[in-house]
Amino acid sequence: MIVETGHYALVLALALALVQAVLPLLGSLRRNDALMSTAVPAALGQFWLVAYSFMALTYAHVESDFSVRNVVENSHSAKPLIYKISGVWGNHEGSMLLWVLILALFGALVASLARNIPETLHASTLAVQGWIASAFLLFILLTSDPFARMTPAPMEGHDLNPLLQDLGLAIHPPLLYLGYVGFSIVFSFAAAALIIGRVDAGWAHFVRPWALMSWLCLTLGIAMGSYWAYYTLGWGGFWFWDPVENASLMPWLAGTALLHCTAAMEKREALKIWTIFLAIVTFSLSLLGTFLVRSGVLTSVHSFAQDPTRGVFILIILTFFIGGSLALYAWRAPTLKPGGLFAPVSREGALVFNNLFLSAACATVLTGTLYPLALEALTGEKISVGAPFFNLTFGPLLIPLLLAMPIGQSLAWKRGDLLGAAQRVTLAAAVGLGVAMVSLGVTRGGPVLAPLGMGVAVYIILGALSDIAIRVRPRAMSLSAVAGRARGLPRSTWGMAVAHAGLGVTLLGLAATGWGVERIVSVKPGETVDLGRYQVNLVGVTPRGGPNYSEVVARAEVRDGGRVVATVEPAKRFFTTRRMTVAEAGIVTLGLGQVYISLGDSHDDGSIDARMFWKPLVALIWIGAIVMACGGALSLSDRRLRIGVALRSRLAPIGTSVIQAAAE
Amino acid sequence: MLIASALGLAGIAAGLVLFALRDSVVFFYGPAELAEKAPAPGTRLRVGGLVEQGSIVHIGANTISFVVTDMAKTVKVTYTGLLPDLFREGQGVVAEGTVQGPGSFRADSVLAKHDETYMPRDVADALKKSGVWRGGQPPRGGKPSEPDQTAKR
Repeated sequence: MIVETGHYALVLALALALVQAVLPLLGSLRRNDALMSTAVPAALGQFWLVAYSFMALTYAHVESDFSVRNVVENSHSAKPLIYKISGVWGNHEGSMLLWVLILALFGALVASLARNIPETLHASTLAVQGWIASAFLLFILLTSDPFARMTPAPMEGHDLNPLLQDLGLAIHPPLLYLGYVGFSIVFSFAAAALIIGRVDAGWAHFVRPWALMSWLCLTLGIAMGSYWAYYTLGWGGFWFWDPVENASLMPWLAGTALLHCTAAMEKREALKIWTIFLAIVTFSLSLLGTFLVRSGVLTSVHSFAQDPTRGVFILIILTFFIGGSLALYAWRAPTLKPGGLFAPVSREGALVFNNLFLSAACATVLTGTLYPLALEALTGEKISVGAPFFNLTFGPLLIPLLLAMPIGQSLAWKRGDLLGAAQRVTLAAAVGLGVAMVSLGVTRGGPVLAPLGMGVAVYIILGALSDIAIRVRPRAMSLSAVAGRARGLPRSTWGMAVAHAGLGVTLLGLAATGWGVERIVSVKPGETVDLGRYQVNLVGVTPRGGPNYSEVVARAEVRDGGRVVATVEPAKRFFTTRRMTVAEAGIVTLGLGQVYISLGDSHDDGSIDARMFWKPLVALIWIGAIVMACGGALSLSDRRLRIGVALRSRLAPIGTSVIQAAAE
Repeated sequence: MLIASALGLAGIAAGLVLFALRDSVVFFYGPAELAEKAPAPGTRLRVGGLVEQGSIVHIGANTISFVVTDMAKTVKVTYTGLLPDLFREGQGVVAEGTVQGPGSFRADSVLAKHDETYMPRDVADALKKSGVWRGGQPPRGGKPSEPDQTAKR
């Protein structure tokens, strides 16, 4: 019964989404308050209905209701509760429902929090969000019904893909979707601004918190996904330039560019037309990602099932929204007044530089992702575009960006002083160079790129921090005065410095991969293998039982000299229902590096194949992403951006808040 | 000035892409295509098909050889390293590496992907090309596809 009501709620949500798509839009075009005021209740109602529907599906999964096809295909009664819940989005239908839930969530948040926005913009933004929701609800109801029943109901389910039965996977998709789908609201804002025909600094002010929030979640989501791949796929890599990864990287690159140019637009009303374009492009890339991942044109762990009708349906949605918004852009953008002027050497100029390089890098990723698909469709030739391609294209485009980052950060708005900015980063550059030279000298004969990367990373981190230091302590001052200035500095300035430093931290981790040690060995219990500065001693191999699998566990001690510093327990799990073997890597973090052991086949003589890695500083890759996200959160908490302010100033006349925003 | 630099950068990016596409792209061939096109030794390729029954030979520690077939032609693959968990005789496999000579291939990564009824799309297509495959669609069971499993040396 609950399952049926879940399905019914989804149908009602579609009806409300259609109302939300049409009435507020008509209202904002005709300046009719009654029509515009339908937007908020429709958005809230739609969210609660979709949320109910999602809960209903979760209930079916938790209760192991094997009369529901989706539960049969993806669950098992012996599966631990956490994976019964995460299994809801570990399949095509459920993950699309999560997608729509997050779409509706952002609609509802804008409906209830962002009320200081001019009413026409608010209503038409929610209307555009309603269009997107209608399209995807229709997609779910017509091609991917998660509530389909199955008669006769089997006694037991097929279990969830073992690789997906993992804590990382329980968190990764919701986070990633919060980012991916969060950009929908930015897209809706852009489309609404084009429909209304008015874009000003106020627009950027309203959009920035949403862009920041999405970017923050996307950053964490990508990092989480990469860590998941690192420890489950069992061969120690963390980024494979797989099309599915690229699908999430592209919106991140475009979203990062967007975040930077909304700053220019908010402060100086510059780059308006470009900002609107980027807002459209970012969500278009999210849609493209959804298409690539969900349509089955790519085969990967993410493409749960291949069904051509779904691919065609998403392609239609994709064409409608990307084509429609770009047509709207081409029609309305020329009518927008260009904004503030600036000299080439200025903060705005630096942001343009950032945007150009990020867009170019994003375009090369797009090319590398789509080219094999296009080539196969046109000529039937099959190719794979992998790491070498992206190292040759993405890498060179990123280097100027990284080098310019600390300089751009310390340039003034409108007209900057390049020499002064360069002087401000001299110390950072000198230390970076020193680090590069010293590590090059110490690891003579080793990889060259690793020390250079280290140098650049140190330069970026110090550059980000020195900007803060100079602002806080422009001349000799007492400690309390410095603390006062530090507190007085806008949170968004701190946020920028922290986020930039986070990128540097990630880069440190990436650079250090060059010094990693990898060994592929056959070991017997009692034998010891040298692994960089550590020795790994295999103690024994024992079988063990689990809830829905059985496993062979190898116990190994990691020694530093004679001392045991850690024990690792890599395992090989056999999932009975799917008759699938999955290697469970044993990982132990020592300092910031990790010892990583993954098991292979066992042999008759008692030896077992194993792949062992020593990965120095590898944890910094993900720590850096978390630092970047913290920077985003700091900016988000800036009092000028805080959404709560919107709530408090709701009673203030709309006109004044817009002027205030513009003045800021 | 802005437009000029944007165009310049677009040009550089396009140049990089073209250069990289020429040098770092890897083609996928089935055994029949490999025999027909006979790429020069040293060419980097991906080769896919079925692992022939009884063809897996262990040569020393961590090195094995096996035969990839599309039922029409075969190619002998040697590989050093850990094999993916799903690598088995009679199952679909994709190997990436370099051509050694006619019908001989050295892999540096091996990808296996299947459950009882599913095989990699590339492999299914290669089998269709060689005429072994009769159905219109790759076989699909009630179960969703299994994930890729890749092993790198």
